[in-house]
Amino acid sequence: MSTGSFENWQGNMLDIGPLYPFVGSEGLMFIVCVAFWIFWHVAQWRMEDSNFSDDMKVLKQGDNLQRALKGEKILRSM
Amino acid sequence: MDNDVTALTIIFTEFYYWVTVVFMFLIHVGFCMYEVGASRRKNHMHTLMKNTMVIPLVTVTFFFFGWWIYFAFPNGPGIIEGGLISAPWAEPWGELMGSHMGGTPADSATFTPDDTAFWARINGVFWAAFLLFSWTAASIISGAVIERVRSGAFWIIAVLIGSFTWIIDAAWGWHPDGWMVRVLGYHDAYASGVIHAIAGGAALAVLIHLGPRIGKFRADGTPRNIVPHNPWLITVGLFLIYTGFWGFYVACNIPIIDVQNGDGVFLSATNIYLTPTTLSAITFNFLMSLAGGLMGGFLISRGDAFWTYSGGLCGVIGASAGNDLYHPLQAMIIGAIVPMICYKLHYWVERRFKIDDAVGAVAVHGYGGFLGVVIAGFMLWGYPASQKWDAVITPWGNFAGAIIMFFVLGFVPAYIAAGILKAFNKLRVPLEIELVGLDLSEYAARYEEEDDIIRAELEAARAAGVLR
Repeated sequence: MSTGSFENWQGNMLDIGPLYPFVGSEGLMFIVCVAFWIFWHVAQWRMEDSNFSDDMKVLKQGDNLQRALKGEKILRSM
Repeated sequence: MDNDVTALTIIFTEFYYWVTVVFMFLIHVGFCMYEVGASRRKNHMHTLMKNTMVIPLVTVTFFFFGWWIYFAFPNGPGIIEGGLISAPWAEPWGELMGSHMGGTPADSATFTPDDTAFWARINGVFWAAFLLFSWTAASIISGAVIERVRSGAFWIIAVLIGSFTWIIDAAWGWHPDGWMVRVLGYHDAYASGVIHAIAGGAALAVLIHLGPRIGKFRADGTPRNIVPHNPWLITVGLFLIYTGFWGFYVACNIPIIDVQNGDGVFLSATNIYLTPTTLSAITFNFLMSLAGGLMGGFLISRGDAFWTYSGGLCGVIGASAGNDLYHPLQAMIIGAIVPMICYKLHYWVERRFKIDDAVGAVAVHGYGGFLGVVIAGFMLWGYPASQKWDAVITPWGNFAGAIIMFFVLGFVPAYIAAGILKAFNKLRVPLEIELVGLDLSEYAARYEEEDDIIRAELEAARAAGVLR
């Protein structure tokens, strides 16, 4: 029993092709990986928007923008 | 792999490309140092992460479709017959895009044992060498747009250039059977156009939409110099880029192949077009064009460190198209002249069109690469462009090629993509964030933690009685 397409290194090397396990599932793996890549971009856009939104809220409070421009610490909890 | 000579040749080639990849990794280390050094303190982490994430995003997309494009697209958009070329070894779901012993194929309907014997050893390292070119193309744009571009927008443009448009240009003009080689006699051995001009053209397009950094231009339109916060980091970064460039040059060669057209065997290195050259030739020319570039950059900038180092890079880029065939003294002269022109062009474009290219990427890579291709057309006029096809290098062929690289595949797609992102208000960070610094989120979170830790330390000190 092996998840790969060979079970020992004793035979003729010319008979050994793919070394990775689950040969035959490449198409499915490809779809999963492309989906993850697209999801990553979508999630990153959302995170970036959310970060900007949080920062803008803080900067718009009182004189926070002016203080931040002078180099003072600006905290999210302010 | 069934006889010793074939096996040694294939395994040597596999090792050769692997070494080039390790060297080329230094280009990206250098780009990160260079960009962070050029940015102001308030934008360091954003600048670093923007460039760092080019690595995974271009890598996975180059695996998904970039590598296949290189082999499938050489016939171009209907310019020569043949359409798409079948390239099953480069399909991401194929067994040869994975770890493989090179023996009997699992998919025997698609692959022969000869396919697997060759591609099992070469595919991964050859893919990686091209991938590192892809990172470079994307990173070139990264430097130009620092301190105001949204990371998400940049990463989409990075994938567009790094895994799509540049590799189309490679299929067209940097492939032994590419239509530009066959029809135009296009010659660009070490990628003046296929990497540098396309990336420079794309950077210019993005900069037009992005606009200058706040404060870059005075009310009367004259530019201010936004001083890099750390010139040392920039110069060490550029040194690392030079070092990585060795790997880049060597990766543009095939290390050992029979170049004799009948009548016995003559083993030699070749360039990417499979026409003969030697590692000695490109070593001569790389160093002499670098030396010329450093000297030219020093003179034109009156010894400014940033432009002297950039001049060295620009000198190599300017000579790269023909560095397989030039004499070292020719490489040196071209290497000296090109950065001087690019330096002048950079400041002219900055003043005239209010383009804020933070690191001079458009000049060094875009104009330098464009000029490099054009100069090679004159210098190598009449040389055979291919051993296989009846094509000759000409000034007009290389000029047309430079236009295709810089404008058609560099500028136009990036201009469209950046325009769409801008239309959705996704290209540039909000004004307030840019003013305060793009690391605000990073620092805000860090300050919260720091304050919390200081409070905890004070409490611990009081509990221990060492502080009232």
